[in-house]
Amino acid sequence: MEAPIRATEFLRFTLLSLLFFVCRSSPSHDLLISNAERRIDLTSHIVKVYLTLKVENAGSTPTSEILLAFPPTQVDHLATVEALVTKGKRKKTTLARLDVKPTELPDAPNGTKYFTIYLANPLNSGESTTLEVLYLFTHSLEPFPAEIGQSESQLVYYRDSALILSPYHIKQQTTFLKTPSTKVESFTSMEPTNRAGTEMKYGPYEDRPPYSFSPILIHFENNSPFPVVEELVREVEISHWGNLQVTEHYTLVHGGARHKGVFSRVDYQSRPNLNGVSSLRYLLARLPPRVHSVYYRDEIGNISSSHLRTDSRKSELEIEPRYPLFGGWKATFVIGYGLPLQDFLFESSDDRRYLNFTFGCPLLDTVVDKLTVKVVLPEGSKDPSAVVPFTVEQHLETKYSYLDVVGRTVVVMEKKNLVPVHNSPFQVYYTFKPIFMLAEPLMLASAFFLFFVASVAYLHIDLSIRK
Amino acid sequence: MAAVANMPVSDLLKSFKLKTKQQELLIRVSILCLVYILAFITRLFSVLRYESMIHEFDPYFNYRTTLYLTQNGFYDFWNWFDYESWYPLGRIVGGTLYPGLMVTAALIYRILHFLRFAVHIREVCVLTAPFFASNTTLVAYFFGKEIWDTGAGLVAAILIAVCPGYISRSVAGSYDNEGVAIFALLFTFYLFVKAVNTGSLAWSLASAFGYFYMVSAWGGYVFIINLIPLYVLVLLITGRYSMRLYVAYNCMYVLGMLLAMQIRFVGFQHVQSGEHMAAMGVFFLMQVFYFLDWVKHMLSDTKLFQAFLRITVTCAVTVGTIALGLGMLSGYISPWTGRFYSLLDPTYAKDHIPIIASVSEHQPTAWSSFMFDFHILLFLFPAGLYFCFKRLSDATIFIVMYGLTSMYFAGVMVRLILVATPAVCLISAIAVSATVKNLTVLLRSKNKGVQTGSTKGSGSSKASSKALLDQSQPFQKNGAIALLFGAFYLLSKYATHCTWVTSEAYSSPSIVLAARGAHGSRVIFDDYREAYFWLRQNTPPDAKVMSWWDYGYQITAMGNRTVIVDNNTWNNTHIATVGRAMSSYEDEAIEIMRSLDVDYVLVVFGGVTGYSSDDINKFLWMVRIGGGVFPVIKEPDYLVNGEYRVDKGAAPKMLNCLMYKLCYYRFGEMLTEYGKPPGYDRARGVEIGNKDIKLEHLEEAFTTSNWIVRIYKVKPPNNRW
Repeated sequence: MEAPIRATEFLRFTLLSLLFFVCRSSPSHDLLISNAERRIDLTSHIVKVYLTLKVENAGSTPTSEILLAFPPTQVDHLATVEALVTKGKRKKTTLARLDVKPTELPDAPNGTKYFTIYLANPLNSGESTTLEVLYLFTHSLEPFPAEIGQSESQLVYYRDSALILSPYHIKQQTTFLKTPSTKVESFTSMEPTNRAGTEMKYGPYEDRPPYSFSPILIHFENNSPFPVVEELVREVEISHWGNLQVTEHYTLVHGGARHKGVFSRVDYQSRPNLNGVSSLRYLLARLPPRVHSVYYRDEIGNISSSHLRTDSRKSELEIEPRYPLFGGWKATFVIGYGLPLQDFLFESSDDRRYLNFTFGCPLLDTVVDKLTVKVVLPEGSKDPSAVVPFTVEQHLETKYSYLDVVGRTVVVMEKKNLVPVHNSPFQVYYTFKPIFMLAEPLMLASAFFLFFVASVAYLHIDLSIRK
Repeated sequence: MAAVANMPVSDLLKSFKLKTKQQELLIRVSILCLVYILAFITRLFSVLRYESMIHEFDPYFNYRTTLYLTQNGFYDFWNWFDYESWYPLGRIVGGTLYPGLMVTAALIYRILHFLRFAVHIREVCVLTAPFFASNTTLVAYFFGKEIWDTGAGLVAAILIAVCPGYISRSVAGSYDNEGVAIFALLFTFYLFVKAVNTGSLAWSLASAFGYFYMVSAWGGYVFIINLIPLYVLVLLITGRYSMRLYVAYNCMYVLGMLLAMQIRFVGFQHVQSGEHMAAMGVFFLMQVFYFLDWVKHMLSDTKLFQAFLRITVTCAVTVGTIALGLGMLSGYISPWTGRFYSLLDPTYAKDHIPIIASVSEHQPTAWSSFMFDFHILLFLFPAGLYFCFKRLSDATIFIVMYGLTSMYFAGVMVRLILVATPAVCLISAIAVSATVKNLTVLLRSKNKGVQTGSTKGSGSSKASSKALLDQSQPFQKNGAIALLFGAFYLLSKYATHCTWVTSEAYSSPSIVLAARGAHGSRVIFDDYREAYFWLRQNTPPDAKVMSWWDYGYQITAMGNRTVIVDNNTWNNTHIATVGRAMSSYEDEAIEIMRSLDVDYVLVVFGGVTGYSSDDINKFLWMVRIGGGVFPVIKEPDYLVNGEYRVDKGAAPKMLNCLMYKLCYYRFGEMLTEYGKPPGYDRARGVEIGNKDIKLEHLEEAFTTSNWIVRIYKVKPPNNRW
């Protein structure tokens, strides 16, 4: 009964936003979108939206800021927004990345959230440009029914608007939706709406005013598993003796429709195509090349079901959880591996060292709700600073490992709601004197030396009182 | 360099200009170091084959409590009331365990962390037993030195380092009380013998502390507290009473008793329990003896003393008997426990305590397992006894008594081979050492004769030495050489046997099962952990799991869920209730399960993989234990003509009881082996008798990939309308 209520909420929302539009003046209503095409990819559990906007400056002043609007319900699930602009003439088009930043506007209707795209060159009056915008949503497919049995397939709801939410007037717009299979239970129709195979087409719609909104609801089959890492802690430990040790603690959950009732191993083993189709059987982790001493374990010991394939470009680790994950089932595990240090640690021009490593989760096609990256610097290193291509929360910690006296500085970076797009390199800069490398071996050597001296002394000194 | 390498060892040592004494010390210390390392690494097979993990059943409880101790500190551990086991009764953990092992491991963990070795507590627990085994070799060396000589000590250290009887309980991962207790046992004995030999208060104090450690580590301390009084009694009878013995025993007994009372699980048993009364009796006897000795010393008249002796002994015996009788009658002194009886009378448990008899390690020992665990020591043991009797002293009397009594107990129960092992090793070491020493003395004396003869070089002396040789026994030298080689051959056989046994028989964690695949590859069945981890992750945190008690500790430690019964079999009725539920029809069982708030039922089933120690094979014990308390359950109902079977010819009650249904649910559809009908049970080699199993109140919640563990969920009651 939940879904219809939500639908009415959306309707009310639309009406309100339309009302707002009437009595409000847009800050940049001199821009307009002459053509908009939106392609929504619903095949996996990460919803990918490709938006092509042809923006025209109908006003008199040049502008370099273009706003993107999102309803508040979507913003919470928005993982990333990227904007690209096409440059050059017909054949020699290149794509240039543009800055996108979240923006607060004082009079946003109904809590609409904005992102501003900053154009490299201001758009003069009468000119037009084409923008390619990509944004990804996580947790946006709601399983319905929310609980399914082992042999049922997983059906999900996807909610959006048939019309693109925008503070600008859109002359013409079309939306394409791609579903993973041809099995679509139902969808909201808004003429003209077409459905062919796995694709649905909303539009073209002509001349829609700013803040037009028309909720649609699509109910379709999506049997791909929904691997969600609720929490991932990656610890990267630098040893100047030549090793980079990575330890990753995962809390994995199947985010799809919850499993209900019986789990029958007989059915699962004998009819794998009909039973537990949406279950998570294995995961693939892409690790850097030249990885060594890989392990895969959990709180109660080693998990023997994993395979490692390595070649010169990458290493692939195929891991199976201890049991197939059905909707709502959890598994926690740890993956650890060592890497040669020279592949990741470099010296910068100002005599500092920096680690260049990948942010994000090595598991393919997973959503990470919360990621913590900890870079453990060697003992004695100073002035750490991190350079990350997106905003993260940062702080410093101290960790004590083998034979540490003052402890190691740990740079901690936290980020929420990650998708594979975030697997981009980051750098941690620090200064380190190589003499500190000798501290621990010297400590051990002196301890052994003292032990032997003590033994020699014991054998040669007669401590008895009696003579 | 080559010249140095070609030089014999003695020359090499001479080139360092060491004195003979220093050479001897160097060799001794290096042998001990090697033995110390050997004892450690020979126990690491399981870590290399599998992984660094805790083995079997009880060690999981110990691991869980150690984890609790390191996380929450000692006071919380001491006052810990565990809600996760014995639901709904719970268990006062601090008061019902021997904390020695956990405290030791936690202490090692703390020390390592203080020294900045960032190890995980699991690694400490896994390696505790090998570490203590290494320490035991040192104790064995000193003990051997004390009772015989340095050579015997060294041989004892080597023998005990690899003896399978000890390795069986001290491989890496076998984190059990016995791991440290054997060390504590031998250490206490060593200190006590040292105290008796020296009469020193310091040594007897040390032995009291050793005893305290033993009491804190293992229930086997009862053996010490009975063996030592017995030994003292034997010394008194054989007229070897001395002031040394008096000091050693009194100090050790009084202080050891007071210290032992600090362990909550033991409490006042030293003064209240029948098993400890022998020690107290001997204590009073010692006082009487001393008193008589003193009176004898004071009185010069022997006749008067004889009269006095008669009166005193009569009085003492009367008072003692009356006190014991009163104590027994008033209930102040508890009678012997069943476990104690079953040691004295091997048939007792079978008739009276099925729960003890059901454990395989409590069975009487077969000859083959003696051979398996002791190998040549079994033959060296009597020889060693002969040498001990030949050179009788206080110390050798002790080791003889220890050897004989522990051998008796080893015969009664398989697991007590462990207690006998140190004694057997020590006595065998005496045999080996004494034999080899005699033979080498023989050889060396002849060599000297020949050497002196040859160096002098004159014909006459040569002839005379030859004559000397001929005068003594013919072929003596050759015989000695042959015997020496024989001894070394036997010892090397022993070493290979021990290594083989360790790697083949005693290094399996039994949580992970390994089998050979069709192509000779190793197949791993990790079903237990699969199921426990599933429980841990996918059931409500307060879910109650019912299973047979064998798996209780593992479920709480690995699955982190509440269990009804576990391996601490303190409440027979509770276990019998579970046994009754398992052996009833589903309708009756659901009533029992609801009354116990059971949410999940876990059974272990080996029909798919051919794993034979599963619940179907244990089922008769459940029936027996259940029937022992609830006469509704009758063993003959599950048998056909006294035969236990699961195929079509099985008893109807068997085919429809809960355990059968849970194990074989939907197994009838399963093809296990090529060319066999569906539902062919590979563990028992039969086609099952009931293929159409319907469950009414339970539903399958999880089955592991090889079907070894099956978990069922208890459905909520149906609506009434």
